[in-house]
Amino acid sequence: MPPPASSIAVRAEALVKTFGSTRALDGVDLEIPAGTVLGLLGPNGAGKTTTVRILTTLLRPDSGRAFVAGHDVIADPDAVRRSIGLSGQYAAVDEHLTGYENLYMVGRLYGKNRTDATARARELLSRFRLQDAADRPAKTYSGGMRRRLDLAGALVAEPAVVVLDEPTTGLDPRGRLDTWEVIGELVADGATVLLTTQYLEEADQLANTILVIDHGKVIASGTADQLKGQVGGERLEIVVGEPAELAAVSRVLAEVGSDEPTTDEQHRRVQVKVDTGPKALVEALRRLDQESVAVLDVALHRPTLDDVFLSLTGHAAEDEPEVETEGKRKGRKAKSR
Amino acid sequence: MSVITAGTRDSGVVTWRNLMNVRRQPDLLLGATLQPIMFVLLFAFVFGNSIGDDPGAYREFLMGGIFAQTVAFNSAYTTIGMAADLEKGVIDRFRSLPMSRAAVLIGRTTSDLVVSALGLLVMSVCGLLVGWRIRGSVLDAVFGYGVLLLFSFAVSWVGAWVGMVSGSVQVAQSAGFIWMFPVTFISSAFVSASSMPGPLKAFAEWNPVTAVADAARELFGNKRAGVLGQSDAWPAQHSVLYATLSCVVLLVVFTPIAVAKYRKVASK
Ligand SMILES: Nc1ncnc2c1ncn2[C@@H]1O[C@H](COP(=O)(O)OP(=O)(O)O)[C@@H](O)[C@H]1O
Ligand SMILES: [Mg+2]
Repeated sequence: MPPPASSIAVRAEALVKTFGSTRALDGVDLEIPAGTVLGLLGPNGAGKTTTVRILTTLLRPDSGRAFVAGHDVIADPDAVRRSIGLSGQYAAVDEHLTGYENLYMVGRLYGKNRTDATARARELLSRFRLQDAADRPAKTYSGGMRRRLDLAGALVAEPAVVVLDEPTTGLDPRGRLDTWEVIGELVADGATVLLTTQYLEEADQLANTILVIDHGKVIASGTADQLKGQVGGERLEIVVGEPAELAAVSRVLAEVGSDEPTTDEQHRRVQVKVDTGPKALVEALRRLDQESVAVLDVALHRPTLDDVFLSLTGHAAEDEPEVETEGKRKGRKAKSR
Repeated sequence: MSVITAGTRDSGVVTWRNLMNVRRQPDLLLGATLQPIMFVLLFAFVFGNSIGDDPGAYREFLMGGIFAQTVAFNSAYTTIGMAADLEKGVIDRFRSLPMSRAAVLIGRTTSDLVVSALGLLVMSVCGLLVGWRIRGSVLDAVFGYGVLLLFSFAVSWVGAWVGMVSGSVQVAQSAGFIWMFPVTFISSAFVSASSMPGPLKAFAEWNPVTAVADAARELFGNKRAGVLGQSDAWPAQHSVLYATLSCVVLLVVFTPIAVAKYRKVASK
């Protein structure tokens, strides 16, 4: 096969990986154009981390192949490692080294000399607002600070491809916004980013393209708008004051909508799918006005990625998010043997 | 940059990281230094007076044995250190970096060698306090410490392999020490091999720990130790040579299998 075109930074073909009887990856394909962000979206256990570990040479696939920055992850892992920066699901920092020492060490291991490694470490510490904690052992850091230090570690060598496995899981809202900002800057600087997340809004916010993955399979892909389109149009929702008026509302919505209206008696609310958006809304209100129905509230919902996920998989995306703890890590390791 | 230069630099960085870890966790150092002190005092004062009729001679004999036992135990520290490294988050960082694959192992065995040297220093001082002396030439004494450190380094590679095979720190904690006891006690470290029954005697005579203990006694000029009875087996007659050869064999066998094992566990 010819090497992938240079405008494709990451390419994976038919990746399969099994752990015992678990088929963690069941034929995953993906492609990331250089300079763009791909969001790998899926619930716990979907296969996100396994994909990341294969693409970053930490794990060999049972079958399939992958190229990162033009290098084969199986045949030439060292070249891949030189082109990537990884921030894994669990912060890969040395607890007993200070923040500065951690980044200095990573710089040296990327082959930088002492002066350059020192300068880069200091630069990243201030960029990630860690300069005040720079000379404290990382074990004294909060979860968010550790996460930032780990993210900084991924950027030490200014890699062409940055891989971030659930970079905001376990962060507070402030930490999440900071991380989003950093990812934005990375892309502005021309990096290609592979980002996994369980948060639909995060993929919506950051990714050019979203790949929805569940049980080791890609079940949908496209831009956030394309995915929303797959669920169909918007939903029109009307709330009235009197239960007696629900029948009339339902009749009207059946005429303007594109499927059977659903009625929620308790909240005196009727919903229907519509294809024509605002036009349907105006039409519905005009007819209800003619029938003298007193409308209390009206809304037109654009589908969220949550709806997308629900309609694709039949279950919600956000299971309990995995919070990072050393204990979890160990439990997981033990399980893997 | 050449592979060797890069590998040396990476190993140096990992060694530095390990030693910083030791510095920030003084309890690690305590284990490596307190234990030999305890052994010197226990054997010198508890057993020293009941073994043989010349306690001074036994103490002299004993020091070579405790030196050998202490450096042998370095292997257990490497076992635990290696298993602990594999469970730590930072190992994932190492794996994703374009660094030399052997650097984690070389760094581990090198930093353990430094800690081991510190243990030898503490023990030597302790020995001097209970009456042990270096009675030979300075050059011989340097060779004596050289043999001890070489053995420490060699068994450290065995320990690294055991640590990776263990799979968890908990298992490593027993696996690292369990084989140390027969290996160090069925030797001439504390009693003369010639006093042991048949099969144990043969094991003790060819046990590298015996050779290292005898070599230390010889090179430190503690020949009065001979009063406890010297074996006439070949290793006993050529202890320095046999000790050195044992180290070379251990290194030749265990360096490659440890590196191969690391590649395997690192790509899980
Ligand atoms: N080392 C391992 N040993 C056994 N099973 C594993 C291992 N790693 C992952 N799995 C299993 O593979 C599936 C996918 O896991 P993972 O890629 O970690 O999912 P995600 O990152 O999307 O939560 C899960 O069912 C998980 O339990
Ligand atoms: Mg994961």
